[in-house]
Amino acid sequence: MSSTALQNLIEQPYKHGFVTEIEADVAPKGLSEDTIRLISRKKNEPEWLLEFRLKAFRHWLEMTEPAWPNVRYPKIDFQDISYYSAPKPKKKLASMDEVDPELRRTFEKLGVPLHEQKALAGVAVDVIFDSVSVTTTYKKRLAEAGVIFCSISEAVRDHPELVRKYLGTVVPQGDNYYAALNSAVFTDGSFCFIPKGVRCPMELSTYFRINTQESGQFERTLIVAEEGAYVSYLEGCTAPQFDTNQLHAAVVELVALDDAEIKYSTVQNWYAGDKDGKGGIYNFVTKRGLCKGRSSKISWTQVETGSAITWKYPSCVLLGDNSVGEFYSVALTNHHQQADTGTKMIHVGRNTRSRIISKGISAGQSNNSYRGLVKVGPKAAGARNFSQCDSMLIGDACGAHTFPYIQVQNDSAIVEHEATTSKIGEDQLFYFASRGIATEEAVSMIINGFVKEVFTQLPMEFAVEATKLLGLKLEGSVG
Amino acid sequence: MQSKDGRTLLEVRGLKATVAGVEILKGIDLTVRAGEVHAIMGPNGSGKSTLAKVLAGHPAYAATAGEVLFEGADLFALAPEERARAGLFLGFQYPVEVPGVTNASFLRLAYNTVQAARGKDELDPLEFDDFVREKMNLLDMDVAFLDRSVNEGFSGGEKKRNEVLQMAILEPRVAILDETDSGLDIDALRVVAGGVNKMRDPGRAIVLVTHYQRLLNYIEPDFVHVMAGGRIVRTGDKSLALELESRGYDWLLEGDKAAGKAVAA
Repeated sequence: MSSTALQNLIEQPYKHGFVTEIEADVAPKGLSEDTIRLISRKKNEPEWLLEFRLKAFRHWLEMTEPAWPNVRYPKIDFQDISYYSAPKPKKKLASMDEVDPELRRTFEKLGVPLHEQKALAGVAVDVIFDSVSVTTTYKKRLAEAGVIFCSISEAVRDHPELVRKYLGTVVPQGDNYYAALNSAVFTDGSFCFIPKGVRCPMELSTYFRINTQESGQFERTLIVAEEGAYVSYLEGCTAPQFDTNQLHAAVVELVALDDAEIKYSTVQNWYAGDKDGKGGIYNFVTKRGLCKGRSSKISWTQVETGSAITWKYPSCVLLGDNSVGEFYSVALTNHHQQADTGTKMIHVGRNTRSRIISKGISAGQSNNSYRGLVKVGPKAAGARNFSQCDSMLIGDACGAHTFPYIQVQNDSAIVEHEATTSKIGEDQLFYFASRGIATEEAVSMIINGFVKEVFTQLPMEFAVEATKLLGLKLEGSVG
Repeated sequence: MQSKDGRTLLEVRGLKATVAGVEILKGIDLTVRAGEVHAIMGPNGSGKSTLAKVLAGHPAYAATAGEVLFEGADLFALAPEERARAGLFLGFQYPVEVPGVTNASFLRLAYNTVQAARGKDELDPLEFDDFVREKMNLLDMDVAFLDRSVNEGFSGGEKKRNEVLQMAILEPRVAILDETDSGLDIDALRVVAGGVNKMRDPGRAIVLVTHYQRLLNYIEPDFVHVMAGGRIVRTGDKSLALELESRGYDWLLEGDKAAGKAVAA
């Protein structure tokens, strides 16, 4: 059980790294107002949306790339990226059977069933391949419940009033550098609307896949839960293995009205680059939920295992009185991966509550940072926050960092922060070995114990997938 | 003395070992047969714990010369987990804490892994629960320990009981107990020793590494070895331990004394 045995544990190859041979309609590289007009035209968008994009682009031009995250990467040449890539043919699909067989095989390989009869019981799936949504399952059954679940492009076409009412209300166009870029060039994503009093009859899920080497993926997700509505939403991501980096800059906006609840779960498994740090996705994402109504609740659960760099802070703005925000996170980094992730809980309304459980696992030469802000505004009487940030180190070449920011402007608030750091070391592994348990099993048992609190928040199938994924990612990692 | 079948379980010949490049074991010879209890005593730094760790396969310790046969086969050809599956057990002087992993799941994984390697039946969680509760009763252990993280927040005595519990579950051929008596008050010592005595068996050998003669009042050894400066300098029966108790180690050490003190094991 030398460090080599431990090393082998992490060196498990990435299983989703294949490229689909499919003809794609790729826009020329480069970013300008013309590119944006081209995207908007290709998608037959209304004028107001083009204006939305252009306004964002003009904002973006005046902004600078953030330098504060604890991550290092060469400067991105935004003119060297293609902002639109769609699998051909682009004709409208009437049924699942019309999906390109090559594309269908891709998703079968990934374990994402597109056929409804084969689909996981009770999960509707929207599938995004490069820039466009290729299919959404269970549409009819959802429509009967009054739930709208479709790609955002379809939503712009079929429900423009809803999209216009909520788009950009949680993450404004000029919010930050990557959100502005996304607002200018976003190509597709999911839209989900749960009307008043409706409990969504099944889990909704979006599966994102980047396939083209030199394209960026900029998807936009918007979820609105009206008064008393409930929805659980899952997001999965993979990408092929390239030795160049691809940019993924998504924006997710959630809006919960009075007594509504949104549960948003992510298992992020973008390609992380090889063991020497070559290639991989730059995952620069803005996710934010607005608890707009009284007693509304938004809960983020994320399992971040992929990407060369992760920069992401799923946040909650607790505007409505008695609203609740939750953030449960497992972020795993290995080899040369870098993650700067955490959350923001902004308490605005009275008696608002938030809970943060963050588990960071670092292996190899990776760096894993938790960055979180708990802010209690002057009117947030009775606000309450509990934060727990635990880090686990595997081996001695990795790093774990915690950057908690706490700003309290109301005397009646109670804010608690707890943090621990532990290490899977030689002695622990020897203890397991002396009881007959080999390194791999020992690591998996220790890690599963470490992330238990977060994984219990995931829907069942996702929890199983996430557990397997962690095992896979850590094969060969201890030393 | 118990009846023995007399087979040699562990044969150590001319064993030398280093940690961080420093030679700690300077030639150990030891033969352990089925049914026997051996006590290894000696002052701090004499190499007792190092011998235990080298036999179990701790990665920080390197055997540099000599050989060890476990039931006739080369022990060093086996990885540490394979040694455990083959029936070698080490009770730790400082049991390791594993936050987040419940004692119940740890014990069951260990039990099932070892059972599978021996071609025996594994137990599901419910069956294992019955099985482990019975063993815990024998050690006067609260079943609440099953739901707690492995050794986390356990007192010294609780940790040592947990070690003996693991021995009772894994039913080894050779159990090496490294200072299982240290940190125990007299009541805990009696319970732990009682647990070890229940494990005495004609087919099993027990090697006790200890500083103090008092443990041997409860667990009667067949052989007492005194280590100093990385060697076994004297072997006798239980009366040797009593003699050490009254006379100390100095009369045995002489030339080895300086070497023994120079090494921090």
